[in-house]
Amino acid sequence: MKRVQFEHSSIPYLFIAPQIIIIAVFFLWPAAQAMYQSFLLEDAFGLSSQFVWFKNYSDTILSGSWLQAAWFTMIFSVLVTFLSLAIALLLAVKANEVLRGARTYKTTLMWAYAIAPPVAGLMGNLMFHPIIGDLYKFFNAIGWDFDHKLDAFDASFVVILISVWKQVSVNFIFFLSGLQGIPTSVMEAATMDCRSPTRRFWTITFPLLAPTTFFLMVINITYAFFETFGIIDTTTQGAPGGATNTLVFKVFQDGFRGADLGGSSAQSVVLMIIVLALTVIQFRFIERKVHY
Amino acid sequence: MNSTNWRLISTHAILIVGVIFMSLPVWVAFATSTHAPETILRDGLKFWPGGHFFETYSEVLFVEGGVMKSVLGTTMLKNSMILGIGFAVGKVIISMLAAYAIVYFRFRLALPLFWVIFMTLLLPLEVRIIPSYEVVSQLGLLDTHTGLIVPLIASATGTFFFRQFFKSVPEELLEAARLDGATPWRFFIDILVPLSKTMIAAILIIMFVVGWNQYLWPLIMTTKEENYTLVIGIKQIYQILSEGGELPQYQKAFALTILATLPPVLVVLVFQNWFVKGLVESEK
Repeated sequence: MKRVQFEHSSIPYLFIAPQIIIIAVFFLWPAAQAMYQSFLLEDAFGLSSQFVWFKNYSDTILSGSWLQAAWFTMIFSVLVTFLSLAIALLLAVKANEVLRGARTYKTTLMWAYAIAPPVAGLMGNLMFHPIIGDLYKFFNAIGWDFDHKLDAFDASFVVILISVWKQVSVNFIFFLSGLQGIPTSVMEAATMDCRSPTRRFWTITFPLLAPTTFFLMVINITYAFFETFGIIDTTTQGAPGGATNTLVFKVFQDGFRGADLGGSSAQSVVLMIIVLALTVIQFRFIERKVHY
Repeated sequence: MNSTNWRLISTHAILIVGVIFMSLPVWVAFATSTHAPETILRDGLKFWPGGHFFETYSEVLFVEGGVMKSVLGTTMLKNSMILGIGFAVGKVIISMLAAYAIVYFRFRLALPLFWVIFMTLLLPLEVRIIPSYEVVSQLGLLDTHTGLIVPLIASATGTFFFRQFFKSVPEELLEAARLDGATPWRFFIDILVPLSKTMIAAILIIMFVVGWNQYLWPLIMTTKEENYTLVIGIKQIYQILSEGGELPQYQKAFALTILATLPPVLVVLVFQNWFVKGLVESEK
């Protein structure tokens, strides 16, 4: 906050009002309703409902399909985060090294940021299409009995590949700007002391990038949780047999397709708690960054 | 010397593989979209453009029933534009005003209200999707631009960004303005907004892309075809692929992905420097 501020009784409320009103109507009210519904059990026609305490929670979370989705979400998030960070870091380090064509590389590696996840999903879906998809034919030609409609591993492979592809560019932008922020004097001193570029990278550059990496980890986990909805919805839709259901996709499936409001709301509340945990981690990290 | 050369070659090789990995799918989608459906069905994906560019794209954009049952490609393009621009402009205005109140005024509810804004980070649309839908439907806002855009623009990201930026503005400016007797509104319009021009541009670009790419919310709250955005049209592609029996219209599916991709990609490429600056700065 500023040392010098306006002293006014009513004007600040006018400025902040639009945002607060929208938040109250479209964020707080729906969230409160989700909480409330998570304790209710509705009959099949939605005519009456009764208060059932934590029954929805115990029913949903202990169900095999929720645990399966939770397990898949975890594996999926870890793989997507790790792979997209690793590829982006490699490309950013190399793009930071070259002199010739640096700008062209930078532009062509970052523009995929603008592609929507469901659009990436549809493109991937067509690349893996059983009739026209070259990737589908290629994998089968090299002896991999590939069928992402029936095989859980192959379906996960498709979803992870597309999710990683979509996320590389944003990580690349952050890593590159992080690398460019390292003072030249530091790098020159390092070059004098150590001739091996690989060793220089792991002992000097990588530790200096740690704040960027940690921040990106949080961003990527959030991406894997929520934004990949569009990719899953346009490729596997959770098939085969729920093997590629993420927790978010399952909330949508159960609530909209399955019309199980109580169970879907209970899942929403559990997700809110997970997001809360992620945010706390992120903020602890930001505090640390201030001390750097 | 030799090892330096090898290193240079391997660096370029890795970057070129990266560029191919990132660009090839989009190139193949474009190339395939310009071929006749028979050719695609026979040969699979195409790596080189064919001769059906105008035929396919004009049918997708201008012919009724060309891609959806009733809605034209141009209508979806218009809807996407409205969503992208409306989202970006609305978000900048609302979050600038709120950040101004938080940074430049001393008032009793400043802290609690800041926490209310902060809480929106914990409530992504995905976790409150069904009650949000119910609220919008109770307000009679389904299938309207207001119902589409307003629930999306209130989240905290923009406000945090402008709060951070306003805090970096020198305090002397406000002191000077107060000595000259400027009202809060004058100070905001005449000093703060012009100072924030670059930041506003950067945020507008990022938010245009974010708005254009919205999927889940438009998907559940638009029921009429005439309100579809291009990204929602993507969802309906499955109908195109499954109907028509003997000859699936793959080229149209690819053309639609290219149309949905082109405007945000162009915006990012043209305003590349602002975009990168905004993205990296806003996350600090």
